[in-house]
Amino acid sequence: MTSFIIRRLFAAVLLLILVSMVIFAIFFLLPKLGGQTNYGLATQYVGRNPTREAVLQMEDQLGLNKPVYQQYWDYLRAIVAGGYFGTGSNRVYCPPPCFGYSFKNQQPVWPQMVSDIPVTLSLAIGASVLWLVGGVTIGVISALKRGTIIDRLSMTIALFGVSLPIFFTGLIALELFSYRWPIFPNVQFVPFTENPYLWAKNLVLPWLVLAFLYAALYARLTRAGMLETMSEDYIRTARAKGLSERTVIFKHGLRSALTPILTIFGLDIGLLLGGAIITEYTFSLHGLGLFTIEAVQNQDFPEIMGVTMLATFFVIIANLVVDILYAVLDPRVRY
Amino acid sequence: MAGDDDILGTSARGARGRRGRTAAEGSVVASGPQSGAMLEVQDLRVRFQTDDGLVRAVDGVSFALDRGQTLGIVGESGSGKSVTSLAIMGLHRGGSTTIDGRIWLSGEELVGANPARVRELRGAKMAMIFQDPLSSLHPYFKVGDQIVEAYRIHHPKDSKRQARQRAIDMLGRVGIPQPAVRLDDYPHQFSGGMRQRVMIAMALVNDPELLIADEPTTALDVTVQAQILDLISSLQAEFGSAVIIITHDLGVVAELSDDILVMYAGRAAEYGPAVGVFNRPEHPYTWGLMASMPRMDRELTTRLVPIPGTPPSLIRVPPGCPFHPRCRYSGLVGERCKTEVPVLHEATAGHASACHLTAAQKAREWSELSAGNVRDEVRETVPQGEVEA
Repeated sequence: MTSFIIRRLFAAVLLLILVSMVIFAIFFLLPKLGGQTNYGLATQYVGRNPTREAVLQMEDQLGLNKPVYQQYWDYLRAIVAGGYFGTGSNRVYCPPPCFGYSFKNQQPVWPQMVSDIPVTLSLAIGASVLWLVGGVTIGVISALKRGTIIDRLSMTIALFGVSLPIFFTGLIALELFSYRWPIFPNVQFVPFTENPYLWAKNLVLPWLVLAFLYAALYARLTRAGMLETMSEDYIRTARAKGLSERTVIFKHGLRSALTPILTIFGLDIGLLLGGAIITEYTFSLHGLGLFTIEAVQNQDFPEIMGVTMLATFFVIIANLVVDILYAVLDPRVRY
Repeated sequence: MAGDDDILGTSARGARGRRGRTAAEGSVVASGPQSGAMLEVQDLRVRFQTDDGLVRAVDGVSFALDRGQTLGIVGESGSGKSVTSLAIMGLHRGGSTTIDGRIWLSGEELVGANPARVRELRGAKMAMIFQDPLSSLHPYFKVGDQIVEAYRIHHPKDSKRQARQRAIDMLGRVGIPQPAVRLDDYPHQFSGGMRQRVMIAMALVNDPELLIADEPTTALDVTVQAQILDLISSLQAEFGSAVIIITHDLGVVAELSDDILVMYAGRAAEYGPAVGVFNRPEHPYTWGLMASMPRMDRELTTRLVPIPGTPPSLIRVPPGCPFHPRCRYSGLVGERCKTEVPVLHEATAGHASACHLTAAQKAREWSELSAGNVRDEVRETVPQGEVEA
């Protein structure tokens, strides 16, 4: 088990480095291979109607005249140790962990992202708890009551959940529960440390809207997994032992049915931590999703790079955790 | 539905009461066990509704079995042999399945009994092992925990340590080396034969009166098959359980069984003591099973004779004798095979078959066949399982 964890950790770090290479290449190597000059590249980091001096200064700050491997190394080193952009009077400092420097905002990327992480984290974690509990419960009930009214009703609702886009359900929810019946008025983010009650209350609508989509998906997955598991031979064995149906379902059935769902959960939560773009936009919650939108709109490449790296990091970490949990649950993958 | 509710009015009456009773036709509706045997199955009918129609998986089967005895149920896939055992265990699919007839286990009626009571008996008084030991063991739990679970559900007062000791004891008795260590291994860490040993240990942990083995060796290597059969046989001697072995392989039941029940299309084709069924088989289907089986005591040039055609659909069972479309000998009888269901009747004491051939015809055809002579003229009248009168 320990060697399994060490191997997975090693693989995760390797994957992170690989991804950083790809991201770096997309922004700095590929344009050059496509015929872009250093000057042209630097132009994109300066505001509109750049002067020649400003562009040359940017070339120097980005280190575009150094060899590419040297640039990549500087990029990696800055993440760990921080670094300087440019020389002489142009020099700006970017403290560690330095995920780039936004020249358009005249400040390092990391502190801006950090302030948005709690929003996305609160949103994703709260919603995921809701959809896991809700989706799995509905899925199990549906599977056990297959073909009944309960099953059909919940699967129809689930179909709606999967089909309706978040901006639609989100706006409906806002209209109904924030304006017409102001149960949750004035949805805005309040840090948990500041006021836990307001934190939760203001997040209820986004949580429900986000969880509805995923719960629907998970209910269908759980139902399918449960139906398959309950027809397994070892379920028949469990019954042949004389176990109660409750034990058969919850100890022998659910455990097997949930394991594959865990894998999908790892992917979903990892992706969401990189920013629940539509939900954040709909509810004007300034998390990593809105940060990403703004970065793209401003064509702020260092910010886009930074948030991409961060999202990748979340996906990889979530998968690592899930892989380890999977090994705890399923002894066959441990070796 | 009453036990003798027979829509077609054609089903074979089950053989019953080999022990000193004749197959009296009038006593189908009985109020209690007839033979005093540990397990008695009387006129069992299992039907389930599917989208394609009503499946008559078991259509009037009767047998009896005492402690220490072994019954071999033989038949092709879809002959109803597994459904019979699942019905005894109460493991059939609920809802769309109806079960009629009687099943007595130690005098206790199981058909229509309170499901909670059947659950108490399951695993305690009757246990079952299955075809594929890998898929039959839960992949996520240690084998020891699975055995302990089986024990503790029926011995709630025993401590975990006692249950664990019992599991170690059982693993040792089924021949697993270092049982105290292997207890904490997972099923995937065992070989196929060892897994089936674990299944046997789990089935016998509560010292059941009845052990049903549903194709226990089919998924195993040939070399391991004999070991598992030996193990079942020796444990039976040790525990004194009654054993039902379900198989499509006559070789498997030959050595172990006291009685043999040959099933075809959900009905009993032949039922009798193993010695009788092997030495003087009475039903053309049994002949077919034997002639299609390679034997070491025959000359290598002896042809293996397959049974033509495939088993019938249990939704549309052929009228008359269900075997007649595949029977090489129906030409000797004629139209009767297609119209009249043969009744299971005893030729000699305790040995019954359901076939329209006369005793003389049966004796002659079997002696020809066992000498290696397949009657060509008989075969030619039965091309590809179709009867041409």
